[in-house]
Amino acid sequence: MTHAANASHYPLLTALLLVLPLVAALILGFLYPVGKLVELSFSSGGESYLRLIGDPFHLGILADTVLTAAFVTLACLILGYPVAYAMTRMRGVSAGLVAACVFVPLWTSILVRSYAWILLLQRNGPVNDLLQAINIIHGPLKLLYTHGAVVLGMIHVLLPFAILPIFSTLRSLSPDYGRAAANLGASPLRIFVHVTLPLSLPGVFAGGLLCFVLALGFYITPALLGGPGSMLMATLIGQQTTVLLDWPFAAALSSVLLAVTLLIVIIFRKGLSLNKGFHSVR
Amino acid sequence: MIIPMSLSATNHLQFPPNGLTLDWYIAFFNDPDWMAATSFSLKIACATSVCATIIGTMAALAIERGEMPFKGLLNALSLAPLIVPHIVLGVALYLVFSPLRLTGTLTGFLLAHTVLAVPFVIITVTASLKRMDPALELAGLNCGANRAQCFFHVTLPAIAPGVASGAVFAFLSSFDEATVAFFISDIGGKSIARKMFEDIDFNLTPVIAAASSVTVIASLMLIGFAHLISQAASSRTQTGVEQE
Repeated sequence: MTHAANASHYPLLTALLLVLPLVAALILGFLYPVGKLVELSFSSGGESYLRLIGDPFHLGILADTVLTAAFVTLACLILGYPVAYAMTRMRGVSAGLVAACVFVPLWTSILVRSYAWILLLQRNGPVNDLLQAINIIHGPLKLLYTHGAVVLGMIHVLLPFAILPIFSTLRSLSPDYGRAAANLGASPLRIFVHVTLPLSLPGVFAGGLLCFVLALGFYITPALLGGPGSMLMATLIGQQTTVLLDWPFAAALSSVLLAVTLLIVIIFRKGLSLNKGFHSVR
Repeated sequence: MIIPMSLSATNHLQFPPNGLTLDWYIAFFNDPDWMAATSFSLKIACATSVCATIIGTMAALAIERGEMPFKGLLNALSLAPLIVPHIVLGVALYLVFSPLRLTGTLTGFLLAHTVLAVPFVIITVTASLKRMDPALELAGLNCGANRAQCFFHVTLPAIAPGVASGAVFAFLSSFDEATVAFFISDIGGKSIARKMFEDIDFNLTPVIAAASSVTVIASLMLIGFAHLISQAASSRTQTGVEQE
């Protein structure tokens, strides 16, 4: 049996030849540039890092970025779980509709979605019009270019990344567990809290990690929806490189963002949970 | 819940109550800047899709079926471009590309987008390989096929849906990619995503709505198309197996 299984395996040399293009692409387009960036960040003997650490403004942005990412992740999980749960229960047309509502945004460019938020939230946009029409406010509110707009946009973009891993875990749960618990006299709420929820945690975990990591490095949405008061790490890096042209400092900021991201992945890594999360999104 | 990003909302907002017009679409298709960005993006996306699919399928075969050391490391490394913040990769690539004059070129974009798209192909192809029975390959080899024949006549048809959906995801990930494109574009060569970003940021014109609608419709059509292909392919392999 072992022999049979091995026979269809590719021998070492073939396997190495097969991965060679991947390794070459990764070195040229990923490892070398990122290495170069980290090297640049130390170019003036760590001066950039000292500047970063010594400046409460920049440290505040780093803290803001992590807090915003955590908040967005939590919001996505809280909003996404019921949707994923409902998706496993629905059949027919309504299931198709909900699936479309989840997948269509996923395959719509982030730019288009950010643009839609700009139109919705602008001074004479429909949100302001609606609020005025029902007399909640009397003058247009400043909704766009605020931290709230950034958070809203990020939640909207990342929600499918939370829903899909949870959905795929929930769907793979056998309904027998719930039935067994019901047979033993558990109420639906008790079944959910003690059976379904714990069993779906790997999906929640994968979705949460995915959202968190993506939220940390988000550039497009904060750059378009945020104002000067709502700077995040990614927008700060963008500003340093395109406006101030301070490359060593931008490199230091990038390295810190990279380190924070990797740290979070390492802390929360649970086998292939990230891989699984991405897989269910695809 | 989710606010579905509907086309009608965009258009409705664009044209205050006094009616609909196709002027913005005409403006979009007549603007040489938009058309240059669109065709550049299409070229990049096609090339990326081909490269990422070939590289990714080869690597997935080696990782899933090969006798190789450092498999775990390689797998983690191949997925790393998904995890690393795109802004960091964008800045890093600009740093390396700029002295080589690769910014704004097809080569530069191709390299960057291939690295970003390969994980999608590896994930979909690995999943197909896992679902496929290795005994089929063994049977092919036993019947006297060499490895290449075995791959093209047995393995590839069986994993075709995975390869096809990987290719589509690679195409879309490249076409939609904006953050890295933001850094490696230049005046001579920019992708449609970069052009859209610029226009949203600096001169908010209704042409963006038309451009958005066109890209959204194109993406969704492509996804629908891929879905049909993979369904047709999977039903074909299923009936094929049943006939055997």
